[in-house]
Amino acid sequence: MADYKIKVRRFQPESGQGPYWEEFKVELEPSLSVLDSLLQVKDREDGSLSVRCSCRAAICGSCGMKINGQSGLGCKTQIGEAQELAEKMARATASGPRTREAGREIAGDDERAQPGAEEAAPIIIEPMGNMPVIKDLITDMESTHWTKIRRVTPWLLPHGEAPEREYIVEPESMIDITQSMACIQCGACVSSCLSMEADPDFIGPAALAKAYRFVGDPRDAEGVERLHDLAEDPHGIYDCTHCFSCVDACPKDVAPMDQIMRLRRKAGEAGIEDPNSGHSHELAFVKIIEKKGTLDESLLLQESFAPGIKGKLVPSRRAIKEMLGSIPTAIRGIKTGKMRSLPKLIPGIHHKLPGTAQDEVQAIYKHAEEHNEEFNLYIKGDEGELAEIEAEENLETAIAAPAGEEAPS
Amino acid sequence: MSDQIKVAYWPGCVSRGFTPELHGSMAIVAEKLGIELVELDRANCCGAGVIAEHNQELADTLNARTFALAQETGLSMMNICSTCQGAQSECQQRLDADSSYRAHVNEALSGQGLKYEKDVNGFTNKNFLWLLVEDYGLDKLAAQVVRPLSGMRVGPFYGCYIVRPKERLGYGEHPDRDIYLEQVIVALGGEVVEYDGARKCCGFPVITMNRETSLKQAGTHVGDAIDAGADCLVTPCPLCHLNLDMQQPEAAKVVNRDLGLAVLHLPQLVGLALGAEPKELGMSKHIASTGWVEERLAAVPA
Ligand code: SF4
Ligand code: SF4
Ligand code: SF4
Ligand code: SF4
Ligand code: FES
Repeated sequence: MADYKIKVRRFQPESGQGPYWEEFKVELEPSLSVLDSLLQVKDREDGSLSVRCSCRAAICGSCGMKINGQSGLGCKTQIGEAQELAEKMARATASGPRTREAGREIAGDDERAQPGAEEAAPIIIEPMGNMPVIKDLITDMESTHWTKIRRVTPWLLPHGEAPEREYIVEPESMIDITQSMACIQCGACVSSCLSMEADPDFIGPAALAKAYRFVGDPRDAEGVERLHDLAEDPHGIYDCTHCFSCVDACPKDVAPMDQIMRLRRKAGEAGIEDPNSGHSHELAFVKIIEKKGTLDESLLLQESFAPGIKGKLVPSRRAIKEMLGSIPTAIRGIKTGKMRSLPKLIPGIHHKLPGTAQDEVQAIYKHAEEHNEEFNLYIKGDEGELAEIEAEENLETAIAAPAGEEAPS
Repeated sequence: MSDQIKVAYWPGCVSRGFTPELHGSMAIVAEKLGIELVELDRANCCGAGVIAEHNQELADTLNARTFALAQETGLSMMNICSTCQGAQSECQQRLDADSSYRAHVNEALSGQGLKYEKDVNGFTNKNFLWLLVEDYGLDKLAAQVVRPLSGMRVGPFYGCYIVRPKERLGYGEHPDRDIYLEQVIVALGGEVVEYDGARKCCGFPVITMNRETSLKQAGTHVGDAIDAGADCLVTPCPLCHLNLDMQQPEAAKVVNRDLGLAVLHLPQLVGLALGAEPKELGMSKHIASTGWVEERLAAVPA
């Protein structure tokens, strides 16, 4: 048994008060969970402390919360580990001059300077982010999570008449979507999403991962329609800022960001032009490196907004607006000397790699374009082969569930 | 660790494009620290995750070429961009995971007499931040300080690609990689400013796709750091620098408040503490004024 201090962000709507922090002392084994610590408080100290939970085994997806600022499941986070992280972060932000010899921090006059020693840093527990709070750790998942899930038509839209019995598919053709099928709808990724913090209309990681689950399903007939819908929504697949927060938050290794990148790749392959110029940005980047080996930033801007000759003869309204919008930045750059050279300013006169290096890069393009195999996407961890077997095993469980079923569990 | 550190150096594209002050200040700091840089001038862009989005194998092969060029020198590799770190680590992880895939990718390099080998001579690819803490050492760094950044309040800004995903970026072996900036700030005699945005996203990847979302992120983090009393931010990522510094006046319009916070590249912050002058570190090339930082420094002459 060990003693821990948890600091919970509370909100009791009936009290008429705003949110406040409250600290509790708990006593439990380090291997028990943060959720267990909350239930202990509820049991022994304050029955009004509110938290959602059911399975306590990372299956039901009820107990999403933020622990030390990181979104995840209360029942899957061990309290001992949470304590270590709380202390590490407290140590990091406590500054004070270092003695040169010992290399140890000594206390400055700042009162934050020496946590840890006698007073252990508390474990900070908050409700999930990007969602309204109903009470204490209970958030309203309807308004930001479920509404967005429904937004992507999360059911199978198959070809023709339904077969009399089950749909029959090749197991290999389902490997691509097993990762997204593992989602338990806990909302941790939504809570962590940094694009959504800035743009609440963003469809978001959970719903887009769910969308890929159907776009990649061989039984679904509306894949291209779905891609048009997700790419043409200005808050769709090209609104993700590629920050990996959802990847680290997800307790089920769904890697929502990877699914979003797959949606982008498929939308690109289908030739879908989006209002965010996401696809033309991607193509421009790829082409510049083929030609120059390193990035020509000015050319990237120009080609993203007004691709090719057609884009320049008939630039879109957005292209004109964005290009004009970038002029003040360029002028500031010229003034400070940041861009005081023609190659940096005029798109296209950026240098190539020296000698034969550029030909070498082009040879790589040729090789990769001839061979590109989607299956390399799943190489992961220390043993690629293992990851593949695992995917197949997950798949067997997944297929055992009937069509359109949410989780394989 | 031998006394002299020598690395194959990949400066990245942006450090030689829109943030030339980064490349320049890295050279000055390396010399002061006694780190020898063998520049990989034939190497290509890492793809910044964008090429991977288009064609994963293409990105893997392009980066395998860079690793192979580094391995030709017999040295480990160093980069100065969080985004290079993330994009290259992703490809390296996939190349290392599967020998048949590695052979397939190496086939594309064979015509150039190049080959990427897993773990040869303990090959690693580290951002300057990691190298500084893990190989150079904080104590040794602290001992080199001639102008402690006393009283200077510095907010760390990591960049997504160097803190996530943890499983890919060696956090198992080096769990403190997400607090190295704080440790470096303290080693240089400065004070760490705690604010909300340190490990969040600057918004750069969507600057062309959704300018509003992008600049709102940058503006919010800069604003939060100002509210927490920061004199400046420091970042190991030139792309973050573009959004936090170059776009700062535009970000100020989006978040509708005054900003104006100096944003330093990591080698610049280290350079100041090692006695280099703001001008030679290229600080005059920044968009957000670095005047306040310089005033603070002037109080403690080198
Ligand atoms: S990677 Fe994209 S979807 Fe995932 S958290 Fe970041 S912005 Fe959101
Ligand atoms: S993708 Fe992961 S984090 Fe997001 S809702 Fe599903 S299980 Fe939870
Ligand atoms: S991340 Fe940027 S700087 Fe680094 S290689 Fe890629 S494009 Fe160049
Ligand atoms: S913060 Fe921005 S530029 Fe920096 S690594 Fe993240 S996405 Fe990149
Ligand atoms: S209680 Fe079911 S997932 Fe945590």
